[in-house]
Amino acid sequence: MKKIVILGAGTAGTMVANHLNHLMDSNEWQITIVDEDPIHYYQAGYIFVPFGKATAKQLMKQKKNYIPSKVRMLQSEIELIQPENKKVILKDKTILDYDFLVIATGCDIYPEETPGLAEHEWGKSIHSFYTLKSSVALAEKMKNFQGGRVVVNVVENPIKCPVAPMEFLMLADSYFTQKGMRDRVELIYATPNSGAFTKPVASKLIGDMLDRKNVKVEADFYIERADPDAKKIISYDERELEYDLLVSIPLNKGADVIGKSGLGDELNYSPVNKHTFLSDKFDNIFVLGDASNAPTSKAGSVAHYAVDLFGENFKRYTEGKALEEKFDGHTNCFIESGFGKGVLLDFNYDQEPLPGLFPVPGIGPFALLQETRLNHLGKLSFEWMYWNILMRGRKVPLSPTMTMAGKWTDWEKRFNIA
Amino acid sequence: MTSKVIAGKTVEVNEEGFLVNPSDWTKEIAAELAKEEGIPELSEAHWKVIDFSRQSAGASGSSPTLRGITSGSGVSTKELFTLFPKGPAKKVAKIAGLGKPEGCV
Repeated sequence: MKKIVILGAGTAGTMVANHLNHLMDSNEWQITIVDEDPIHYYQAGYIFVPFGKATAKQLMKQKKNYIPSKVRMLQSEIELIQPENKKVILKDKTILDYDFLVIATGCDIYPEETPGLAEHEWGKSIHSFYTLKSSVALAEKMKNFQGGRVVVNVVENPIKCPVAPMEFLMLADSYFTQKGMRDRVELIYATPNSGAFTKPVASKLIGDMLDRKNVKVEADFYIERADPDAKKIISYDERELEYDLLVSIPLNKGADVIGKSGLGDELNYSPVNKHTFLSDKFDNIFVLGDASNAPTSKAGSVAHYAVDLFGENFKRYTEGKALEEKFDGHTNCFIESGFGKGVLLDFNYDQEPLPGLFPVPGIGPFALLQETRLNHLGKLSFEWMYWNILMRGRKVPLSPTMTMAGKWTDWEKRFNIA
Repeated sequence: MTSKVIAGKTVEVNEEGFLVNPSDWTKEIAAELAKEEGIPELSEAHWKVIDFSRQSAGASGSSPTLRGITSGSGVSTKELFTLFPKGPAKKVAKIAGLGKPEGCV
């Protein structure tokens, strides 16, 4: 029997297990998946928790219920990958040999990398929503918040779901307005980017969205440290921002085991060919989902399109054929913009987000780069799709690569923008 | 996108003056772009950062993150802010002829 080992049973790993189970001959291939955590979290739901719109229980399922029965599932921490010996060593000393390795160990937050964040005020005046635990703690804080200045700070890019910090601010605007206390809350977005929106078309069309919601943007802000006692964050160029509540998006990094095994860059992301996900270093290792250094968003939708293309391509590769360089960085994501509305983005490595209709040109029902109620409903209905289609390895009737059909390249004329 | 003559060479630049093609870059262009960013003279320390960033970008042409620069070149973040005041990631990217570090939207 030839062996495939998948590391990580989150969004990408679970989809890979389902696709490969379907595609590979089980008389020839044994598939094993390893993860230390038995719970599969619906991460796209974390953003709703601080506002009381989702509970922790709703967002958790048993991983094993989404792994096909023919795939062997092991619950253990991963100690080390030895790519030269084609072995993975688990914490409990189990050694797994493989012919092909799929790394899907994701990325996580590391608040301890910024002085002052993960100290005595963590969970008190300093919060996050990038883990289920932190978003639950933040929900409690939001409920009891009496007013003051809320600063949302991105420590450094890349981060998982790059639009989530903005969504948080827009939902906070909606939340505090509905509580009748918006006039007592100041909302600030401190980002290391040169602005909230950096792409030209999006900047022109929805660049004023935060402004309209009275969210101030502190651009080019690289945090050096937090002063938890004085309740302020300090940038490398010595700008200081005071807060009553700091919502931090701490440094994101790939799994430590990737770095320890010599497979990562300075942030433990594993370098790959961005069209095939084959490791730059080893021709029998693929890296999917947030764990790779592919220059696209770290998001479930990217993992989904990538895995859709990966399955067949991988099968061809095991038959001795060349990999097809198919993946184009296709991403789409719903941005919650508050008051029951949302914006939808669709883009890839080369094409920035444009306005239009999605997925059916001329019909939609979703509107690209425009704020609509239907987009918000799309985001809500995605949860069902995630569990029942994506995580089952079923195909969504959408092209895994991006299409220009339905995108308005003549948007300037349509919106009467010179 | 527009054409512009920098240090005697005609190159394509975007709205913010970033080179469109990393392969157009020369050391002379770097010196001119540095002046645009308020850095009159590029010192040895500046070059260490620029050279590393060019090398790290490789064929992809995408600029390294701040952390990528510090861990790869050995220059501390604080030093980077002294060398390239206000937003070193963006300034380094521009002077090194690489794409602007940007978000997805």
